[in-house]
Amino acid sequence: MKLLQLSSSDLRQQLAGEGIWLRAGPFSLTIRSKIPHVAEGLADLYGQFEVRSSRQAFADFHVELNPPAILRRWFRPQVSFSFDGSLPFKPLPLDQAYPMLEWGLNWCVSMHAHHYLIIHAAVVEKNGLAAILPAPPGSGKSTLTAGLVLSGWRLLSDELTLIDRKTGLIHALPRPVSLKNQSIEVIRQFSSEAFINRATHDTTKGTVAHMRPPKSSVQRQYEPARPGWVIFPKWRADAETLLTPRSKAQTFMFLAQNAFNYSHLGTDGFRVGTALIGQVECYDFQYGQLHEAVAAFNRLADTSTQDALV
Amino acid sequence: MHLSRHTRADAPKDLVSRMLRSPDTLLRFSMADWDMLVRQARSAGLLARIHNVLAQHNMIEVIPAEARWHFDSAATLANKQQLAVRWEVEQIRTALAGLDCPLVVLKGAAYVTANLPAASGRLFNDIDILVPRSLLNQAEAALMLAGWHTSGLSPYDERYYRRWMHEIPPMQHLHRATVIDVHHAILPDTARYFPDPQKLLNRIVPAGDDMPGVYVFSAEDRILHSATHLFHDGELPHGLRDLTDLDLLLRHEAAAPHFWPRLVARADKLQLGRSLYYALRYTQYFLDTPVPEKVWDDLRPVTPHSALLKLMDSIFSRALAPAHASCDDAFSSVARQAAYVRAHWLRMPAHLLIPHLLHKAFISPYLDNSTAKPA
Repeated sequence: MKLLQLSSSDLRQQLAGEGIWLRAGPFSLTIRSKIPHVAEGLADLYGQFEVRSSRQAFADFHVELNPPAILRRWFRPQVSFSFDGSLPFKPLPLDQAYPMLEWGLNWCVSMHAHHYLIIHAAVVEKNGLAAILPAPPGSGKSTLTAGLVLSGWRLLSDELTLIDRKTGLIHALPRPVSLKNQSIEVIRQFSSEAFINRATHDTTKGTVAHMRPPKSSVQRQYEPARPGWVIFPKWRADAETLLTPRSKAQTFMFLAQNAFNYSHLGTDGFRVGTALIGQVECYDFQYGQLHEAVAAFNRLADTSTQDALV
Repeated sequence: MHLSRHTRADAPKDLVSRMLRSPDTLLRFSMADWDMLVRQARSAGLLARIHNVLAQHNMIEVIPAEARWHFDSAATLANKQQLAVRWEVEQIRTALAGLDCPLVVLKGAAYVTANLPAASGRLFNDIDILVPRSLLNQAEAALMLAGWHTSGLSPYDERYYRRWMHEIPPMQHLHRATVIDVHHAILPDTARYFPDPQKLLNRIVPAGDDMPGVYVFSAEDRILHSATHLFHDGELPHGLRDLTDLDLLLRHEAAAPHFWPRLVARADKLQLGRSLYYALRYTQYFLDTPVPEKVWDDLRPVTPHSALLKLMDSIFSRALAPAHASCDDAFSSVARQAAYVRAHWLRMPAHLLIPHLLHKAFISPYLDNSTAKPA
């Protein structure tokens, strides 16, 4: 059963009661919350995700978003993120409850799922090949990701690239795409098909909103992808669209430093990382116009696919 | 008088100690039981240790596919940490090479460097070392030179450590963020019982051939230190983890000739008989650790009277269970507070204790900046 098949009152009741079970990519979650924004955010963004199955007795992560049980809730309402009873973060203002859920879920995965090498990068797929987009904040990574998945690329993740340590394949975790500040408007302008939820203002990252993942990406969420490219996007107003090859050694070092758990994996991290680098093309990519960037990515996917067929 | 697990008919289900006592119970686990086991084991810091126990019993296949990665992943982390601990101890040894004393590592770092079964699946927050008090300033200076420094403490906590504690404030490495706890004794000077650190230092042994220049307490002293730590430390987030350490230490040493009489005699000499009594009582209660009847007879002089024992049982049967809501009953939070106050009561006299607890209850919470913000 999909989340969108639940009535909003059922959803609210389950969230406030024993919690809603939900499956996102390789992970199962239970989420509890009495906060209306959390129910609204889930209804807006997670409609295509599976919420009931024969396996729901087990969940990987049990999370809860509720006001902390202290007096101050009356004069400045807050929300706490609880990971099965422990509180890894300080409370935030109550109206940031939904983004806090998304941040908290990223934390759950990156702190625990060491059966993957987890790189801090967006990842999208076309014609069976995945493009890994690692980049510091402000490089236009999320905007580009949103633009690509609105143009036929499959969303694997906008934040966490999960590389299976046994197979080297990338597993999908197609949760909503986080958009910040101006990129929210850029994506609204880019496509009328984009559904972006209610924006939350004044977070530590500025104004934040989330884009619903495309239906097809969620439907194919159990299908892994082969790594094809590592591409470092850099947005600059009025920049020309330009793709330039990049050193594999440097790219490896960057990925190792930007992996959440590279050092936890010991020599196996090195093995998985070098195997990855061995099979991808590495590029720097600058762009100023989103539709040009998407066209460049499409050309890249088409060329590589043709190469692969020859 | 042994403590029966059936005294509390309403006892909430602590699946972790149940499966550690008899791994075969896992064969009858439902998916909901596995869900609860993973959660309790994570709260107790025991996922990796359970992984290793199951590997020893050839029972890894018993873990359902959905749940298995939690155990594997924790074991991956524990293996990496053990490697890191060895490397870090070597850095500490190098930093302190100029000091006129051997490097003594305590607790988890001792189990790892001495290759003891109690190292199995153990996770680390910090590395504990012991330095003679006369060399404390030199040790701190040498560690600072090598990149470790104290930070992030309120002035109150800093003063409290320096004036009253058996350790200086935790030192964190600038680049690697690893944390060292530098001790000069195993209990504060103000504690009811204060085992002379020199007596412990007189009996240290080399950790192992692969860690030259690194020393650990003798087998009995390691056990007594672990016991003392458990019942004098206010907060017990890893109470059950520490009990499993003790269980592994005891089972490992029990085969040595005259182990039990030596242990009891040593406890007596260090004034730690009562701690040993409780340690054995609760490892047996939670983990079925084998303790010969003769040992209970020998410990009779330090056995608490029955009313006190009843009270302690009601506190520790709760406070040492996994720190997870599913293991709590209506009295668990009171029991944890009681364990906290009792530990402090043993550590310092009332005229120091009461102002300290008031400060911790009413002032510290408003100054606390230690929790991370979400990324």
